[in-house]
Amino acid sequence: MIFEGTAFKYGRDVDTDVIIPARYLNTHDPDELAAHCMEDIDKEFVDRVQPGDIIVAEENFGCGSSREQAPVAIKAAGVSCVVAASFARIFYRNAINIGLPILVCPEAAGDVQSGDRLSVDLDKGEVVNLTRDKVYQADRFPDFMQEIVAAGGLMAHVKKRTQSGGENA
Amino acid sequence: MAGPMTITEKILARACGQESVQPGDFVNARLDLALANDITAPLAIKEFEAAGMTRVWDPEKVVLVCDHFVPNKDIKSAEQAMLVREFARRQGLANFFDVGRMGIEHVILPEKGLVVPGDVVIGADSHTCTYGALGAFATGVGSTDLAAGMATGEVWLRVPETIRFNYEGEPGRYVTGKDYILYTIGLTGVDGALYEAMEFGGGAIRALSMDGRFTMCNMAIEAGGKNGIIEPDAITEEYCRGRALREPVMMKSDAGAEYARVIDIDVSSIELQVARPHLPSNTVPATELSELKIDQVVIGSCTNGRIEDLRMAAEVLKGSKVHPDVRTLIFPGSQLVYQQAMKEGLIDIFIEAEVAVSTPTCGPCLGGHMGILAAGERCISTTNRNFVGRMGHTESEVYLAGPYVAAATAIAGTIAVPEEVLA
Repeated sequence: MIFEGTAFKYGRDVDTDVIIPARYLNTHDPDELAAHCMEDIDKEFVDRVQPGDIIVAEENFGCGSSREQAPVAIKAAGVSCVVAASFARIFYRNAINIGLPILVCPEAAGDVQSGDRLSVDLDKGEVVNLTRDKVYQADRFPDFMQEIVAAGGLMAHVKKRTQSGGENA
Repeated sequence: MAGPMTITEKILARACGQESVQPGDFVNARLDLALANDITAPLAIKEFEAAGMTRVWDPEKVVLVCDHFVPNKDIKSAEQAMLVREFARRQGLANFFDVGRMGIEHVILPEKGLVVPGDVVIGADSHTCTYGALGAFATGVGSTDLAAGMATGEVWLRVPETIRFNYEGEPGRYVTGKDYILYTIGLTGVDGALYEAMEFGGGAIRALSMDGRFTMCNMAIEAGGKNGIIEPDAITEEYCRGRALREPVMMKSDAGAEYARVIDIDVSSIELQVARPHLPSNTVPATELSELKIDQVVIGSCTNGRIEDLRMAAEVLKGSKVHPDVRTLIFPGSQLVYQQAMKEGLIDIFIEAEVAVSTPTCGPCLGGHMGILAAGERCISTTNRNFVGRMGHTESEVYLAGPYVAAATAIAGTIAVPEEVLA
């Protein structure tokens, strides 16, 4: 899978409270959540983001709460992929589980600037900076997680397993 | 022959039916409990039903607690809580806790004996790591992981490396578990334990009460940790007596177990701590912030809403009044904590001090309701996060501290330690 879009660059420790503030958690509707995505860190994000755009951040992206509404809001806002130097663990799992592509790529996190045009090749784990004519290599997902991604997310993976095992109709 | 393992590795090995596991292994662990709340359960229920699942794996072991936005703060929250309530009825869940019966999830699950030592627990709430205080493996997950757990009774986990923290020495008069953990996060940073287990031990931990241990493990996530854990001992055993609903399995780390790092901390050098905005790792001694005016004080939450926390607050507030420019809110963590506080006369002390005492709720901790801050306002809180906008306006500020400092600040109107307000 290859995505192309404009980079929105953020610093380290972007927490789930700024990705989607708790005052909007009285709903789980993806579009309503998307309308407030990144609101407390970047008020213009929602107006400027275009389908396919890419969030790039430094260490510990998605720290804090377990709210899955955070990756849901990002995905529903049209973001194709999040690239970070590292991810907080619950966000990392949540993103894989809901099918929001993420890549761990410290090199890209350190070099990309807001507004750069990026092309991301998920299979190769490669981030190409079209503006600066550079290529950054990302970490590969462990095999165990690739299975989940390949199955189309965690619930699809579970369904496949339980149906073959027959434990839960 | 299995090599020496940490307590986290031993619990996970047992839960996946293997003789041993190693950091980095991917395992499917059998769950003893799966938990969600009124914010995370609706999404989990949606995922569960969308996948065509009809029954949860065990109606005794799926626990749902409405605690974040209840008593319902608005119409949308009411609808989300209703969705949870109806699912609980449909599934015949034995452990569904609603208004009047509920408390803050991480206070009531141990209190009711639903979590016991040796358990593997996942919760769609990041502070699920609290239960590590009992010598259980407990970790926060998202709604989809929880949905899968509800369906299968299992969770996939990567066995974490463990950082061992040894606390030794004699703490100062008002220094508590909250000060230990804030100090520790100040050392590690907010991602210093990313993906790792944080094992707290040493003489000062063995001397710490269960309530203090819950406070410490609660905040493991604020260092990025996968779980916090404390080896069970006589204090754990005493806590479980008469309340554990299943037989506890008390495990300890083996001598020679491998740690990613070992960090030694002398608690006699830890002063009363405050974490400044906007990260829990921005810790300084409370005495360095004594000029700072405060508008609101919050005492409660899954971090510090237990009876011992309320006793600390009462010890400071007794016979005094809250500063005229300060609003003080106290949230007992459960109905039982509330009742016990009443029996001990603590509620009288709070009301006479002009504190508002509330029914249990997560409330203001996550900027939900019951104490939202305006632009420019400053709050000192015994909660666990001080991110931008956490308790209200993005230009408001949250300072994290323990109950002693919070209560002293309520009286002084500026950040204070108990010695400054107690004659």
